[in-house]
Amino acid sequence: MTRLFDKTFWGLTIGLVALFALNFLLEEWMRSIGLQSLSRGCVAIGLLVLWRTGLVSFGHALFFGFGAYTVAMLQIIGVNDIILLLIGGCATAGLLALVLGFLLRQYRAIFFALLNMAFSMILYGVLAKVEALGSTDGIGINQVSFFGFVPSDDSYRPTLFIFAVIFAYIAAVGSHWYLKSTLGLMTMAVRENEIRVEYLGYSAEKAIHIKYVLSGVLAGMGGVIMALTIGHVDPDSMVYWTVSGDFVFITILAGTGNVGATFIGALVYELLRTYAFEFAPEIWQLILGGSLLLIIMFLPDGLWSIRSEWRNRRALAAAKSGDAPAGE
Amino acid sequence: MTLGTTKTTLRLVGAAVAGAVALGGGTALAQTVKIGTPSFLTGAAAPAFGIPAKKGAELIVRGINNGELPAPYNNSGLAGRQIELLVYDEAGGGTKQVTELRNKVQKDNVDAIIGIISSGTCAALTKVAEELKVLTIQTVCGTPRVFEEINKDPKYVFRTINHATANNVSAARYLAAKMKDKVKGFAGINQNYAWGQDSWRDFELAMKTLIPAAKASTKPQFPKLFSGQYGTEISALSRSRENIVHSSFWGGDLEAFIGQASARGLFKRKAFVLTVGETVAYRLGKKFPQGIMAGTRGPYGMYVVDDQTPLNQWFQREYRKAYGSPPSQPAYQYAQGFLAAKYAYDKAAKAAGKFPSTDQVIAELRGATFPTFVGNVKMGLSKGHQAITDDRWGVTAWDEKRGEVVVKDVVVFPPECVNPPDGVGSIEWLKGGMKGASC
Amino acid sequence: MDFELLLVILVDGLVYSSYLFLVAVGLTVIFGVQKVLNVTHGAFYSFGAYLTAYLIGLWINDAEGGAFELLAFSLAVILIGSVFLGIVLGVLIERGLLKFLYTRDEHIVVLATFAGFLVLEDVILLIWGTDPYLAFRPLELMGSSEITGLIFDNYTFTMIGLSFLVAFVLWYGLNRTQFGKVLLAVIFDREVSMAMGINVTKIFLITFMIGTFLGALGGAYHAPIISVQPGIGVEVIVLAFAVVVIGGMGSIPGALIGAIVVGLSRAAAVHLYPELELFVIYAIMALVLIFRPEGLFAPIQARKI
Repeated sequence: MTRLFDKTFWGLTIGLVALFALNFLLEEWMRSIGLQSLSRGCVAIGLLVLWRTGLVSFGHALFFGFGAYTVAMLQIIGVNDIILLLIGGCATAGLLALVLGFLLRQYRAIFFALLNMAFSMILYGVLAKVEALGSTDGIGINQVSFFGFVPSDDSYRPTLFIFAVIFAYIAAVGSHWYLKSTLGLMTMAVRENEIRVEYLGYSAEKAIHIKYVLSGVLAGMGGVIMALTIGHVDPDSMVYWTVSGDFVFITILAGTGNVGATFIGALVYELLRTYAFEFAPEIWQLILGGSLLLIIMFLPDGLWSIRSEWRNRRALAAAKSGDAPAGE
Repeated sequence: MTLGTTKTTLRLVGAAVAGAVALGGGTALAQTVKIGTPSFLTGAAAPAFGIPAKKGAELIVRGINNGELPAPYNNSGLAGRQIELLVYDEAGGGTKQVTELRNKVQKDNVDAIIGIISSGTCAALTKVAEELKVLTIQTVCGTPRVFEEINKDPKYVFRTINHATANNVSAARYLAAKMKDKVKGFAGINQNYAWGQDSWRDFELAMKTLIPAAKASTKPQFPKLFSGQYGTEISALSRSRENIVHSSFWGGDLEAFIGQASARGLFKRKAFVLTVGETVAYRLGKKFPQGIMAGTRGPYGMYVVDDQTPLNQWFQREYRKAYGSPPSQPAYQYAQGFLAAKYAYDKAAKAAGKFPSTDQVIAELRGATFPTFVGNVKMGLSKGHQAITDDRWGVTAWDEKRGEVVVKDVVVFPPECVNPPDGVGSIEWLKGGMKGASC
Repeated sequence: MDFELLLVILVDGLVYSSYLFLVAVGLTVIFGVQKVLNVTHGAFYSFGAYLTAYLIGLWINDAEGGAFELLAFSLAVILIGSVFLGIVLGVLIERGLLKFLYTRDEHIVVLATFAGFLVLEDVILLIWGTDPYLAFRPLELMGSSEITGLIFDNYTFTMIGLSFLVAFVLWYGLNRTQFGKVLLAVIFDREVSMAMGINVTKIFLITFMIGTFLGALGGAYHAPIISVQPGIGVEVIVLAFAVVVIGGMGSIPGALIGAIVVGLSRAAAVHLYPELELFVIYAIMALVLIFRPEGLFAPIQARKI
């Protein structure tokens, strides 16, 4: 373990402060896009955590939807404070991940991806049948209180935004530190060669299990934020396999280099979708798919690679001008 | 997030603010009423619902803007201002639609939303519309939950069509009126999602009251939405003892089902009740099964083809002229939403003596009774926010001379006969034996 | 349970199985050789269905003539259309997209094909518009037969025949021909085959074209019994995935068995417990993955340490 307070940490912290300030300037529709980016960003961090092990889930909407529906169910029994809803959503999603993890930790590659998808589709089937939760029409989410404080109508969403930013910040910093820890780094070794990791005396499966739970909790958190942002949960927007596809899309868009980049990826995705939808309402899928293809082809490591590219060039330029490149 | 992004975000925000200001300025100069209209432009609901709905909206907007409509809607515009129509895609699910609604209201500054086909979209948008304080006229979606559960105290949201319960109640009433003694139980095939499940439940409850001797099948079929392949279900229905089959299928699923079931003679064996069957009747033409009961959720499409009111004549004539096909129910239902807006805006403008505020418009629409293509729409339920209209059922036949499917043996059920009384929840009303219905 | 019901479940189940097999087999062929889980498969299905429905609507729906000639003509349209699409789309996607991605992470490739799917779906919309196409004529022309008092249309029976034909041809091609043996070598070890002088690039292109052809054929053969309209491809992908996973990815007998297992279970559910219909396929998929993660018939794979 190196420094806890590294560049990424400070970058995230600056982002946190900047978003607080920005909150006063944003128009409501932009704040809404911001909230959704934070939500999907949280899920994408969860995917990034898995991705570092070489695992990709095509079914993380399972935990996302679990978090979101937990909010709906807790509200039915009268729980209405954001912190309780968040804890509830993360806990149920995490618990589900813990249980499924015993099974899923044995799987790799495409089997892992597809088994996740199968489970998410089973949840979809269940939700589409439960009339008490509105079946496919879904169920509304009420406005919540914040540690007992109930803001006025006008300040509700700015308050929600501040809380979502804080949650996302905690998720991002926590995940970053985890990935830098020995346990976190070891799973990268699992990706390269699992058998050797076992020879070193670590349990690859256990490491994967921990990651899986963490990513489940993060996806649950994303679900909670999304449910509160939208004010409505329904199986098609929360659990269907295409929703999981969107998360993987964001992860690829952002690249797996840095947790902070995930939020940028989520924001870019959100803006792309909004504008494609506005300017080409009949072929927005084509634009979305086309952009994804371009990124895969030309930015193999996602948006984050623009930064490294730029840095490499600078280092190269520095080397040419005679200075030794700064080692990291 | 890093500093770099913050900068980019700020720049984007700047550009967007500039854009919004420019747009706002433009609107003020042109003095238009901007109306956002969600409808399915892509996906499986586009052909049967989305596209005809969009055509109906565009036609009626043309009529309103040019002052082409017959009285009482014969002056041009909404309260004298031209409508600027913004049709956008309803596909993509609740989350996306909520985002889109925010964009339309907060970014594009629309004055009202008229449209919405899917019950899921209505359920998702109702609360947000209230929060955004935007006049929203829901035109097609059916679920009663909109005002009975989700939004019990509506202010900005209206629905100008019967909710889905009425449709299934009137179907059961038609069976009771026409073939009460011949009904030996009823089976069902409905898509496995909220619309299908609700339709079957409502029909089953209504039948229990109206034809208690007829038992519901214990194995109602619920194939997955958009599965397209119904061979097994057709076998199961053919084998069932019940002689009536209830179905709320629509669009491509219904077309596929009709193709497959016709080839296997199912329509000859069973009497069918297709609650929104009309949505595909014109497209299938001669291939649409004859002698079955097909509904439109009110007085629309096939049921009003020959109605002589000037407004209806205009709509039939101009729609056929513009698009080369007769208007089906979604076209009527979307147009009806715009008529509601026209009625309320014009009336509010008259009262205010100037262009009305949204609050003045909704005050006029709440509880109003306004003339539509055929008869009146009465905003009779849920504090004057939920419409009730009559509902019509008949039996399909092929009219060789017109080259169109028509309905015969039509019975018109008055609004109070198929809707619960104000203040009574629809399920509660059905379970209580439909008390207070006046037929 | 009475015998008649059992028979009906069997017939319905086989019909549905053949449907599943036809939509899944192209996916498994491509996965077997290229190790690419090809989501664009859904779009191939749509393309096949659209082209067929469009041409049948143009030439056959209102044509006069004997049933036999019209049927033969319809089948020709289905076959030639699918071959055409197999060549055009196959080359386009393999040469234009996948070629650049073989060295990349398998998940990235799945995502790329997902993106390709989104693009192709809208291309279909641009070519054919949002109006649905109906091509029921061949279904009507084939007539119907009766089993245990139930009427079945003959067209769906021919689907069962076609499925077995496709399965047999693929099996024969793979196990009894020169090309098949080369293919097996490539499947087993891409690098070594290349070193042995096998033109892997060409093999990949040909297999992808075959897979594309099969995807399009699935859509084309179903066109006469469905309403061909936007969105049909999405539904097919998940079904095909499930069947292929259950049977064992890349295995042709596996796809056949997977389709039969799912088809029969689904038919039983619809007749006996209709409320379970929605879960059947995912439940089987989850169960198979839990107990036999490689699927029922996974091809043997060399493990690299």
